[in-house]
Amino acid sequence: MADDAPLVEMTGVTKTYAGITALDDVDFLIRPGEAVCLAGENGSGKSTLIKLLAGVEWPDRGVIALDGLAQAAMTPTTAAAAGIAVIFQDFSLFPNLSVAENIAFGAELAEGARFYRGRRVREIAKRTLERVGVLMDLSAPVETLPVAHKQLVAIGRALASNARLIVMDEPTTALTEREVRALLGIIRRLKADGVAVIFVSHKLAEVLEVSERVVVLRNGRVVAEGPASGFDARSLTRHMTGRDLAETGPAPLLAGAPVLLKVEGLSKAGAFHGVDFTLRGGEVLGISGLLGSGRTALAKALFGLVTPEAGRVVLDGRDVPLGDPLRAAEAGIGYVPEDRLTEGLFLTQSILRNVAVGRVASHARGPFLDLGGLAAEARDWLARLRVKAPDAEAPVRSLSGGNQQRVVLARWLARAPRVLVLNGPSVGVDVGSKAEIHAIIADLAAQGLGVIVISDDLPELLATCHRILVMVEGRIVEDIAGAEATEEGLARRLAS
Amino acid sequence: MSWLSRNETLVAGVILAFCVVGAALDPNFLSIPTLMDLLRAGIVLGILAVGVLVVLISGGIDVSTTSLAIVALYVTTLLVQGLAPEMGWPAAFLVAVAVGAALGAVNGVFIAGLGLPTLIVTLGTLSLFRGFLLTFVGDDLISNLPRGLRDFSRAMMIRGENADGSFYSLPWAFAFLVGVVALTWALLYRTMLGRQVFAIGGSMESARRIGIPVRRVQFLVFVYVGALGGLAGIIHAALARVANPQDLLLNQQLSVLAAVVLGGARLEGGTGTLTGTLLGVALIVLVSNSLIVLGIPNTFQSIAIGLLILLGTGLPAWQARRTQRRAA
Repeated sequence: MADDAPLVEMTGVTKTYAGITALDDVDFLIRPGEAVCLAGENGSGKSTLIKLLAGVEWPDRGVIALDGLAQAAMTPTTAAAAGIAVIFQDFSLFPNLSVAENIAFGAELAEGARFYRGRRVREIAKRTLERVGVLMDLSAPVETLPVAHKQLVAIGRALASNARLIVMDEPTTALTEREVRALLGIIRRLKADGVAVIFVSHKLAEVLEVSERVVVLRNGRVVAEGPASGFDARSLTRHMTGRDLAETGPAPLLAGAPVLLKVEGLSKAGAFHGVDFTLRGGEVLGISGLLGSGRTALAKALFGLVTPEAGRVVLDGRDVPLGDPLRAAEAGIGYVPEDRLTEGLFLTQSILRNVAVGRVASHARGPFLDLGGLAAEARDWLARLRVKAPDAEAPVRSLSGGNQQRVVLARWLARAPRVLVLNGPSVGVDVGSKAEIHAIIADLAAQGLGVIVISDDLPELLATCHRILVMVEGRIVEDIAGAEATEEGLARRLAS
Repeated sequence: MSWLSRNETLVAGVILAFCVVGAALDPNFLSIPTLMDLLRAGIVLGILAVGVLVVLISGGIDVSTTSLAIVALYVTTLLVQGLAPEMGWPAAFLVAVAVGAALGAVNGVFIAGLGLPTLIVTLGTLSLFRGFLLTFVGDDLISNLPRGLRDFSRAMMIRGENADGSFYSLPWAFAFLVGVVALTWALLYRTMLGRQVFAIGGSMESARRIGIPVRRVQFLVFVYVGALGGLAGIIHAALARVANPQDLLLNQQLSVLAAVVLGGARLEGGTGTLTGTLLGVALIVLVSNSLIVLGIPNTFQSIAIGLLILLGTGLPAWQARRTQRRAA
């Protein structure tokens, strides 16, 4: 039964930072060839547990045993030597170096090689990628690869360093449905090879099927643990948040709701063709599609960030000028970008300024600015959206993902738009915040706003949308009533 | 990236175009003496540029190299003159390299030891090195160089006579540029230390996580650049046959940076080639020397070099962005 000896076993592990208990008497165990889901919201202690595994931190109390041997101390080097590899969300690769060199760098470093052996590096990379079961151009610089391939290079690098336990932080966030499938295939292969995997994620439903066990952390304690077959998305959410966040779908649309936005024959070569749809006041419309289906380009076109070659956008019977974000905003369209961190926020500026930036023109008093009025309005919106911030003057960077998203929303709502386009509204936020964002969407619609949600997160669309448009290769191929849609049906149409 | 959008191709094309225009304006332009002049003028600039290239690849920048070179050449000349005036040139060169490396280590301590930004530290030492020299060491010009250095300046690799009776020559100092390029190539592409320099320039955080001793590598980079600066300094003094603490070499700092950037090294770090840097040096030397030969006013040099930098670095960047946008 040597195979069943735990690779890592933590017993009664406790870790406190400056008086805050991050982990409280936690037991955790993983065996070779096993996959474990580590679930928990931000601040639940997940990151601390990873840091202990990686040897970055050492517990205040408790025992960590590797291969049955209790360790006196662990450093990143001893953890790596024991075969523990952590793949961070950003993959920690070298964008300027080749695929081969990225894969072999750690292995060569650990061997203490003084000279660079190109042939050996390629040999290591080739063998590793064979083990993963993928083909890739070994000499391509990593910066030219798509995200999914970068992830494979990161997995390859861990394997090349003889990893026996791979910890993957949020492995599926940046992947499309199809890429997630491919990743799961690779994980199965690795498990058959005796490699253990820990998934750390908010979006766990996707990895449940390749996992044996689930461990849920909340406030530094293990609150649920058991075979993966005993969990589903809903029970996971309940354990993670400690409340039942059942999502039931949107409130029914008022029968006589007027048409608010009309899109006719909108086309842009290489992105989308002949797109027609209408949006009624109070309606939440979902637009879904795989990466490259044109969904993002369409969303941007509505707000003037992409200039269509043909077609018109009519809001309240008036044409919205195309290709001009400023005038689209004036006409009453708001847009919340996909990557809120790089596209939508001034991360180092204060929360208040981030909300107020869109309203500067409306608070002008001659050549001067009514700073008091501006701040008061911003504070009002922060309160209405329940942004949890110790101080409105603190930089936006200090907020959690969900609260950052609220700040962006607050900025847009302060401009009183008629139609709000939300691109991937809950990418990268935890389950609790996600449910709250969905509640905000429902609230906005109830106030008569037209909301367009662009997403490939199918449960999210089902929970928020009255209607869902499916885009394939730049065309709308399906228009489904939200109440009639199922996750499986949508997934099938997306991939068609 | 296709070869068409590479800086190297662009710079090589501009060099060729320049030669064609030069030949059209002056029939004597395409000749061995012109080539020898250019090679000679590229020695010191080339060695300094190779050093700066290594810093740029590691993700930093060094604006102190010419100041460091002047201090190294002057201190070395004083030391040799005072302690062993009969010393041969190889020993004198070693002293200069050691002085340069020591000054590079000063940069290294601030940058790797204290974690300060490279631009700020080298901007500080640019002024500090030279100020220290002029205040505490001396500001007298030494035109009577030690014998070893005089011998070195007379050693010629190639010597010849034109049809019109004028002489041309290429000093052995050129072999040092070749040697520096070969050594740097081997370090960058054939040792793990060199690969670590690329890795740090690519992503310092990733380098730390994978276990690269980032600070040690950064320190060594600045010591190496310092050593090259010392070498370039003493060669400059020997060829000019004077050790001048107020040397105009100081004004060449921007040309050195321009050559490296023209050659395609990215300021964000992680990328850059020796071929590109050498082409960049060739272009800068060509522009600054030939415009005089061709009778074009001196002030045009600044305009030409400025335009070259803007076009040479702007065009590939613009092209890269266009292809990126098309892919998105």
